[in-house]
Amino acid sequence: MTSAPTIGVLALQGDVREHVRSLQATGARAVTVRRPAELEAVDALVVPGGESTTIWKLAEAFELLEPLRMRVKSGMPAYGSCAGMIMLADRIEGGVEGQQTLGGIDMVVRRNAFGRQVDSFEASLDFAGRGPMRAVFIRAPWVESVGADVEVLGLAEPGDRIVAVRQGPLLATSFHPELTGDTRVHSYFVEMVREL
Amino acid sequence: MSSTPEITDTAVTGTARVKRGMAEMLKGGVIMDVVTPEQAKIAEDAGAVAVMALERVPADIRAEGGVSRMSDPDMIDGIIAGVSIPVMAKARIGHLVEAQVLQAIGVDYVDESEVLTPADEANHIDKWAFTVPFVCGATNLGEALRRITEGAAMIRSKGEAGTGNVVEATRHMRRIRGDIKRLASLDEAELYAAAKELQAPYELVAEIAKTGKLPVVLFTAGGIATPADAAMMMQLGAEGVFVGSGIFKSGDPAKRAAAIVKATTFYDDPDVIAKVSRGLGEAMVGINVATLPDSERLANRGW
Repeated sequence: MTSAPTIGVLALQGDVREHVRSLQATGARAVTVRRPAELEAVDALVVPGGESTTIWKLAEAFELLEPLRMRVKSGMPAYGSCAGMIMLADRIEGGVEGQQTLGGIDMVVRRNAFGRQVDSFEASLDFAGRGPMRAVFIRAPWVESVGADVEVLGLAEPGDRIVAVRQGPLLATSFHPELTGDTRVHSYFVEMVREL
Repeated sequence: MSSTPEITDTAVTGTARVKRGMAEMLKGGVIMDVVTPEQAKIAEDAGAVAVMALERVPADIRAEGGVSRMSDPDMIDGIIAGVSIPVMAKARIGHLVEAQVLQAIGVDYVDESEVLTPADEANHIDKWAFTVPFVCGATNLGEALRRITEGAAMIRSKGEAGTGNVVEATRHMRRIRGDIKRLASLDEAELYAAAKELQAPYELVAEIAKTGKLPVVLFTAGGIATPADAAMMMQLGAEGVFVGSGIFKSGDPAKRAAAIVKATTFYDDPDVIAKVSRGLGEAMVGINVATLPDSERLANRGW
């Protein structure tokens, strides 16, 4: 891909604006996606932080769930933070009854694993060998287990939990790089998009 | 959760970023008042991003009168156990111990709320002293900035709770946004006088003049009863919506709740709003705010 890729941010609910801003800071073109036609027009997608149950319900109600699954299955690069990580997981624990995800990453993600809001925290961690960064975890999930094809890109100090993973064109973090102004995770994703 | 690990010394809880960040995750969503675990479940199933646990919805507080206080911890526990989404609860204005109790039982956000009877006529809670984040009501920019100065991590326009009448929410949203726009038009010298007028710290006023927005998320509340109400508030600049009595005082709460969630996401698409507004049954019976005496206006509580 030679020209700047167009990256969509799923804008059903959550911190959409922060992801748009972080993507733009890396030189990518960022647009919001709420409809199937808007999804068709993007090269890659970010699923933002928010409430995974809400994002799932809205995706289902507005007939986006299947198109999203199809795009992910057909190799569209995607990055999910927090609720977005849950959406990209093949299997989840602690979800509500019947909760659906898009899947794509061979992992089990535990929802709200680090606890309630009073347990939410920020900590330093190394992401993909790119040096320490401050990471913000909000009622965050962690990765319980990963399949053989999943690369672990980051661990959180409390309990050495897996909090960043990549499988092929799919990237996910438990934390919110979009909240800190540190664009290294988004740059990593945009590089992934350009490579594919 | 028993499996929660110890947070080590490199990890810190309760920072401004963690508190404000929580509200960022609620954006574009609907937070619903609930009084039982069953209602909380209906709200979650409808796509609410959080629920507000309280003993009586504002419409009933208004009807029944008396002193209105923090809810029974058992009742809040029941709601926390019943849903997986965040649970908020209300403390009285200035009632620091109610807020301490709410933090101790693990609520995710404390609403220092004018809907309850104020406990201190001079001071709001020092919200910096807490790990749990706070949301506070405001009718104008000065009030919002005073709450942020005290540590509020999220602001909601007050509106007039329990009326089912959106007129005050409209007034407060337009006022806050109008005040921000006015700041942006001032030169630096004028910002000092503006800070004095707003009774807010100069640094905060200067920051808002520059960025054109509050440093925390701004939701709307107080009188939202229909999908169109919610969408209008979003068009007026709200980043999300609190719905109090509007859902569970209506004819078909589950359907109305889901419709308000959809209208909040597609607030700028009248076709979607039209579609979700059909067949919702009766809306809550409203109150004409103009007939409410000042003493019964909840928005006048707090300063």
